[in-house]
Amino acid sequence: MKIGLFIPCYVDALYPEVGVAAYKLLKHLQLDVTYPMNQTCCGQPMANAGFEREAVSLAGRYEDMFQTFDYVVAPSASCTAFVRFNYPRLMKGKQRCEAAEKTMDICEFLHDVLRVTSLPGKFPHKVSLHNSCHGVRELGLSSPSECNMPKFNKIKDLLSLVEGITVVEPERVDECCGFGGMFSIEEPAVSTRMGTDKLERHIDTGAEFITGPDSSCLMHLEGVARRLKKDIKFIHVVQILAAGL
Amino acid sequence: MSTLHSKAAQRFLETNKNARWHDDTFWVLRAKRDVMAHELDEWERLRDVACAIKRHTVTHLDRYLEQFVGNAERNGIHVHWAKDAEEFNQTVLSMLRKQGVKKMVKSKSMLTEECGMNPYLESHGIDVVETDLGERILQLMHKRPCHIVVPAVHITQEEVGHLFEEKLGSEKGNYDPTYLTYQARLSLRDEFMTAGAGMTGANFGVAETGDVVVCTNEGNADMSTSMPKLQIVAMGLEKIVPDYKSLAVFQRLLCRAATGQPTTSFTSHFRKARPGAEMHIILVDNGRTDIIGEPEHWETLKCIRCGSCMNTCPVYRRSGGYSYTYFIPGPIGINLGMLKDKVRYADNVSACTLCCSCDNVCPVKVNLSEQIYCWRQGLDSIGKADLVKKSMSLGMKYLFNHPQMYDTALKFAPITNHLPHVLMYNKLNGWGYGHEMPVFKKQPFHEIARNILKDEDKKGNI
Repeated sequence: MKIGLFIPCYVDALYPEVGVAAYKLLKHLQLDVTYPMNQTCCGQPMANAGFEREAVSLAGRYEDMFQTFDYVVAPSASCTAFVRFNYPRLMKGKQRCEAAEKTMDICEFLHDVLRVTSLPGKFPHKVSLHNSCHGVRELGLSSPSECNMPKFNKIKDLLSLVEGITVVEPERVDECCGFGGMFSIEEPAVSTRMGTDKLERHIDTGAEFITGPDSSCLMHLEGVARRLKKDIKFIHVVQILAAGL
Repeated sequence: MSTLHSKAAQRFLETNKNARWHDDTFWVLRAKRDVMAHELDEWERLRDVACAIKRHTVTHLDRYLEQFVGNAERNGIHVHWAKDAEEFNQTVLSMLRKQGVKKMVKSKSMLTEECGMNPYLESHGIDVVETDLGERILQLMHKRPCHIVVPAVHITQEEVGHLFEEKLGSEKGNYDPTYLTYQARLSLRDEFMTAGAGMTGANFGVAETGDVVVCTNEGNADMSTSMPKLQIVAMGLEKIVPDYKSLAVFQRLLCRAATGQPTTSFTSHFRKARPGAEMHIILVDNGRTDIIGEPEHWETLKCIRCGSCMNTCPVYRRSGGYSYTYFIPGPIGINLGMLKDKVRYADNVSACTLCCSCDNVCPVKVNLSEQIYCWRQGLDSIGKADLVKKSMSLGMKYLFNHPQMYDTALKFAPITNHLPHVLMYNKLNGWGYGHEMPVFKKQPFHEIARNILKDEDKKGNI
């Protein structure tokens, strides 16, 4: 299976260890992984700010770069959702979006396509799972708390394959943390209050780590935690899944 | 980079000691709604059906309006049409004048708020008395609602106590809610008995029968219409449902979504005037037929005004109803405001993280967050785009379309880690308001990947 690895811009610059973990994990699972060197950003930051037209050329480049792969896998639920659901609309009548349609967040790829049943590593820690909005409500990584449907959580299922781990969730299990891209700088007071509330609910679980499928939410929460001098640690889900590799 | 909403929200959070209470209170409503939604096996199916009925009705509005009006008139009701707020207000005034009415009691109606009816009538010498307790409190305080279902929830019982001491002559220092409610009841009784006209809004108009259906928890709609000889219903065009069968679907959803009750305490059906009385319905357009023609936004007309999108909205809960510049706050208010006047109400569009929770609670499945996303895309063309965001977006576009430059930028990005504190944490950088800056890594993933590829090349793996 040919996999194109998509590492979003901010993961590239700020959290390269997340990219490394994703790469190692996919390699460990015997996949043919390629990282096209020309990749940059999906365009979500501009689009959510009201400038989706500035993302059109990026959508075109994305298709050129990734169309030959069986799947495009990214360690970022939000960027995945943007590519998969917004590119086809943005490119309507301009270009086909095959690559966008086969883009998956790494958690849903592991859970739904590879259906992994074992992982090699150990992570003997208590982690509080951050269910990020676009993962929950766009990709369906877990059952949204608002909906009347059988409860599930694909990330929890995956994490439970790691030896020694204890996974807990905060109260208000999938309330937004207040990042929202440029929302965090345009509405700083609300964003900070939401981040603080979320952080406190995670801390109240007694966990050592906050983990999630989106480094963007984690970056926001970590920024608030450092300002408030809270000493909880942050780690992307894929780093836990790739523990020991 | 800030909007009127973000400034007002900051003031709310920094100065209001009840800010946390506000968040918790509305979260309780959301949680109660969840209990209701999870208790009904058919909840999601009900939402689907409600959405389909509304889509159908809104796109066949001419047919259902004619049917509704025909049936209402056969029942002896006088039906009037108002194309806008002005015509609506004038219609009400001329009706009141014709009957020599000096005082009108009314139950809750967001439509009259939308049309600015109370100030209009008051300026023409008519005394308008709100009879919903929350609305009455706000009227006596000269304040506007902060929420469409629980309009005075932000007012404390002490504040109500002080208000009633002054306006209704209640006991000094008695802030007991039961006592205060009793005082309001005594005062309102008198208003009901002496008013010349009673007005209600309408939650639904049933085309099949010509009925108007009003849902309240206080019974004030019934009181408003039982005493005066003149009954007036203010109703938006989109309130029509085809028949009783479809009404039943909304009846099951409305109050569960709104307050987490299985139903409102009172669901009043009005079909004809009482003996010796007159009943009038005023059907108000005020921009609604224009909304039908908006390909990306017409589904806002499905809204049944339950307020659940406000209760779940993490931004509404933490910024309060007054932080929005349109009289309806929260996700639906952002959208309705833009439909009313997109230049005037553009400042509310920032009040959304695109978390999509509102889409999931909406009982009629209005795609609220998607519509807010769409409005943002149009801000630049009406001169309402934030210039900082615009230049950042253009800069990002340039950088991300030039991989080599992006590569170079990544290499130099770590320099910002060492910039003096004052450069990074100031009024120009919203991030610095409540966050420390993230740290750029010396070796971005791009460089690591390049090295991995080189190594694998050497091993002959590629």
